[in-house]
Amino acid sequence: MALAKRIIPCLDVDQGRVVKGVNFVDLVDAGDPVEQARFYDQSGADELVFLDITATHEDRDIMHQVVRQTADEVFIPLTVGGGIRTVDDMRKMLHAGADKVSINSAAIRDPDLISRGAEAFGSQCIVVAIDAKRISTDRLKWEVFVQGGRKATGLDTIEWAVEATRRGAGELLVTSMDRDGTKDGYDNELLRRISERVSIPVIASGGAGTKEHLREGITEGGADAVLAASIFHFRTFSVAEVKSHLAESGIPMRLSATPNTD
Amino acid sequence: MITIIDYGIGNLRSIEKALQRVGADVVRTDDADAVRAAEKLVLPGVGAFGACMAEIRSRGLVQPILDAVASGTPFLGVCVGLQLLFEESEERGRHKGLGILPGKVVRFPNADEAASLVDADDSTERLKIPHMGWNTIKSVRTHPLLQDLSESPHFYFVHSYHARPEQFSDVLATTTYGVEFPAIVHRNNVLGVQFHPEKSHRAGLQVLKNFTTRVTPFAV
Repeated sequence: MALAKRIIPCLDVDQGRVVKGVNFVDLVDAGDPVEQARFYDQSGADELVFLDITATHEDRDIMHQVVRQTADEVFIPLTVGGGIRTVDDMRKMLHAGADKVSINSAAIRDPDLISRGAEAFGSQCIVVAIDAKRISTDRLKWEVFVQGGRKATGLDTIEWAVEATRRGAGELLVTSMDRDGTKDGYDNELLRRISERVSIPVIASGGAGTKEHLREGITEGGADAVLAASIFHFRTFSVAEVKSHLAESGIPMRLSATPNTD
Repeated sequence: MITIIDYGIGNLRSIEKALQRVGADVVRTDDADAVRAAEKLVLPGVGAFGACMAEIRSRGLVQPILDAVASGTPFLGVCVGLQLLFEESEERGRHKGLGILPGKVVRFPNADEAASLVDADDSTERLKIPHMGWNTIKSVRTHPLLQDLSESPHFYFVHSYHARPEQFSDVLATTTYGVEFPAIVHRNNVLGVQFHPEKSHRAGLQVLKNFTTRVTPFAV
């Protein structure tokens, strides 16, 4: 067997509550991130991402609480992104129990933050998230955007991916702004171009609508992991269904074993 | 009672919580006498090998660890904690380890070199470093630590270096990532796991449960 490709549900968390997760009929409290994390853990998720979309800095302590409670009972890796701007922000999140932190616009403002984070905690803790949009005049060029795709940076996505890797990122989380929310599939061309240029794992994000999309992100995009939000939240598919589909297509997967410690 | 050696290298909460989940009583300490007197020891490790050894040394814990190991105390090194059992590591220079097991710690072949190790027709199979994610282990022999696991269980790995023991008899299980390397090492009362059992879901909890309930002291 080879290293398994990872399936990663992503939860948007605002002031300690999950947003978007409306169809969780099995859950007592669908807005509780800890309960949702437990649910995904039991359904075979390989890793979890919490994206803190809380607007104000003062409310970030709530996120530390959420992360602490989650890490105390969910024994798979947890990445937390959103609002992390300094090495001290990273330290607080890692101490709360996150295994990795994801940085996006802060890394663009201050690329050295990647190096300082990697130096302090190891590259394996530092995920650089990149939001990319195709530039319409040349369809094979992608520009890096920040602020949820609203603000252009002028950076070429492939070059930024290489630069972030060189500075010590341990992993890249690549979101296609063109595909995000469309359910048309990942931007596999973008993923493949990045994956061919960097020596670190790439997580595909933005656009997954079917099980086949997840497979294509891996086989065509060359991604090491595929992240999805709405298809899991809205129960279009379960993580287990996706995994057995991908395993049947010959992709190495960690399939859930029979419970033996509960 | 399981004693986690807490030598200031980051968050030990996950391993502590995971051990508690499987029913262990857990204490953390950086006290030399507490290490010597421990019933069972866990040595975590995060970050760079050299930095970990420096912290262990500055707390005067090298000899207490060696004494505990020599007295037969069940001992589990986790991730860099496994690597520290060996004589030296080539991570960022040369660093001496605890020297409990003969051998050294080496870097995975880098992505470019590794490309030649895999099927040349499949360019997407180029190896990425760190070895990050879920991989299977293959046991070499039986041991209480491996009880009640599925046939080829997945565990969560995150590392760029791996142990290269001098004696194959010190290897309990292997994993393959470009090269075959020890996923678990074992000699007498000493165990080390390269993966993170505290992040490896049910399989990881089972390993911790086995260490807690099934691994017994070694008669010296």
